[in-house]
Amino acid sequence: MANRSIARMGLDEAVVRLFAARKIHNAKDALGLTEMELMELLDMPMDSFEAALARINKSVCPPFKTVLSIVQMRSKNEVAMGHLSTTLKLLDDALCGGIPFGVITELVGPPGIGKTQLCLTLSIQTVIPTSFGGLGGSVVYIDTERKFSTTRMMQIGSHKYPGIFCNEASVREIAQRMMILTPTSAPELVESLQKLQSIIPEDNVKLLVIDSIATLLEGDNEDEIFERQELLGKQASLLKYLAESWRLPVVVTNHVRASGTYEGYGDGESELWVALGTAWAHAVNIRLVLEVREGRRCIRIAKCPVSPAIAMPFLVTSYGMEIDGNEFWQVSEQDVMAVYRNYDGDDDEEIIRFN
Amino acid sequence: MDDGGSIARLGLPPYLRSKLLACGYSSIADLHGASPLDLARDASISSDEALSVLRRIGATPAPIAGAKTAWDLMSFDRSRSRIGTGCSGLDRVFGGGVASKELTEICGAPGIGKTQLGMQLAINVQLPRSLGGLNGHAVYIDTEGSFMMERVLQMAQRSALVTPDQSVESLLSHIFYFRVFDSTEQIATINSLNKFLEEHKEVKLLVIDSVTFHFRQDFHDLALRARLLNSMAQKLMALAHHHELAVVLVNQVTTKGNGEIRPALGESWSHACTNRVILRWEGGKRQACMFKSPSLPPAKSSFSITTRGIGE
Repeated sequence: MANRSIARMGLDEAVVRLFAARKIHNAKDALGLTEMELMELLDMPMDSFEAALARINKSVCPPFKTVLSIVQMRSKNEVAMGHLSTTLKLLDDALCGGIPFGVITELVGPPGIGKTQLCLTLSIQTVIPTSFGGLGGSVVYIDTERKFSTTRMMQIGSHKYPGIFCNEASVREIAQRMMILTPTSAPELVESLQKLQSIIPEDNVKLLVIDSIATLLEGDNEDEIFERQELLGKQASLLKYLAESWRLPVVVTNHVRASGTYEGYGDGESELWVALGTAWAHAVNIRLVLEVREGRRCIRIAKCPVSPAIAMPFLVTSYGMEIDGNEFWQVSEQDVMAVYRNYDGDDDEEIIRFN
Repeated sequence: MDDGGSIARLGLPPYLRSKLLACGYSSIADLHGASPLDLARDASISSDEALSVLRRIGATPAPIAGAKTAWDLMSFDRSRSRIGTGCSGLDRVFGGGVASKELTEICGAPGIGKTQLGMQLAINVQLPRSLGGLNGHAVYIDTEGSFMMERVLQMAQRSALVTPDQSVESLLSHIFYFRVFDSTEQIATINSLNKFLEEHKEVKLLVIDSVTFHFRQDFHDLALRARLLNSMAQKLMALAHHHELAVVLVNQVTTKGNGEIRPALGESWSHACTNRVILRWEGGKRQACMFKSPSLPPAKSSFSITTRGIGE
């Protein structure tokens, strides 16, 4: 939108030329200066200036919708009002149906805890037919650490959906709908994301996974912090744009790191922190933390507008991930940036049993 | 104003008349445009006498355009409307609720509840005055996709329980949602609001969530950024006054090297809003602190976020 050309806004030729002569070619050029500065630059008569500006603003301002019309449209057109099931019923219930379309859901945790397992599970859920409870679409899996395992995918798939994974023809059909990209640098990652604009509609992409977003964007070099933050911000904007325009669930995995502190978070016992900083934390809509509590692997809802902070134990099995047992904890909502190495438990936390 | 004729027509005492004549003021037209001090000096009369002469020709000093007396402002303050948040402690921090005709900034760390509060206000503004609302509609400008329809639906469902004539559908139909994807769209949308508000006169709340996101990354020239933000703040202030809106601006926080958090967008932005509220965690509970306001003390209160919305 920032790129929209002044020439295509229905302004008078003469006005367009005047703007161009002062190097104002697109909306961003025009609106990226204060009105006074622009007026000085153009030196136009007041009323034609105001008329031109009104036209530009109108042309760039997005249309509005009422919340009701959006909700009605989604109920009508989308599976589970726009959610991708995680196949973990408890998690699905807490998230009002599963991973939501149109937003960024982040999975964060130490290496080996199960983030990629969940990504594989979600990928399978996306490609299997709607008759089996899936989305019947394609997946774009951006694998920056070469962790995508076809063996593991087959294992999970054949356990969960033997009917589909039993014969070569249907496996082939499904596997061809999983696109795996392996960028090796941050610019390559950005390029891949930009190419997606056309791939998404053409290939009926219904899930975008970036496993992990941190690999190529993390760094220890203090000098690069500003550039890195900027790059991260642009990534976040681009991902949101893709997610929202195409109503896609976007799942990204993130790392943890041992150092650094965040005021107001955790209680000092946690030794691990979510990587990529607070600006990134603002950008993700949902943060699911995979960590260890009382010796068990748990998935905790650390940031989510629609659910309370709960942590549920899980197991990694040949079915992918499964909820372990029939209890979950109601935990502190404060630990958005903290990841527990091994949380010892807190008597104040409520344990909730379910059947 | 009396335009014609000689000053003899003014009925001035003779000594005044002769002093004026002596320094060249012979007709009423000559007196137009003279300031009391100039006249006093020219004619060697006192400023009171000069004033009385000018009053006779009807040249009473015009009030300074736009100036208001403190009394005017007091009446204005009393009539100011406020929107309840759903938590009495939080309302107290805001001085009774989020005020109309003002810019209120809400900043805080990720996950603390800024968007939740914004969404709750978009519902609450629609409630009748008896329930803390203004019977008004809301405009929500979403700059980072934080607005989740599922959540607003949950909040509307709770509200609809207490207001039988306002159904969930009605509540959702009166929130006008704009999604902007970069700073240019954000600026263009704010510039287009005046017209929108003329056409939708029931809107009494504008939420911009967040005002920060795009401005943190699209700008290298921080001085330009500060000027644009300033210009934006002035426009928002004008909209707030002209259309009697409560304007709520959600801001993010940045982390300093030592882990300390502070509001984003720098020093110059900190002057833009009338009121600034920071949301933070304290003692395991969410707290709101009013830390800048021309009239309210730095109050603090805890609040919570439940499955149905903002609560005590």
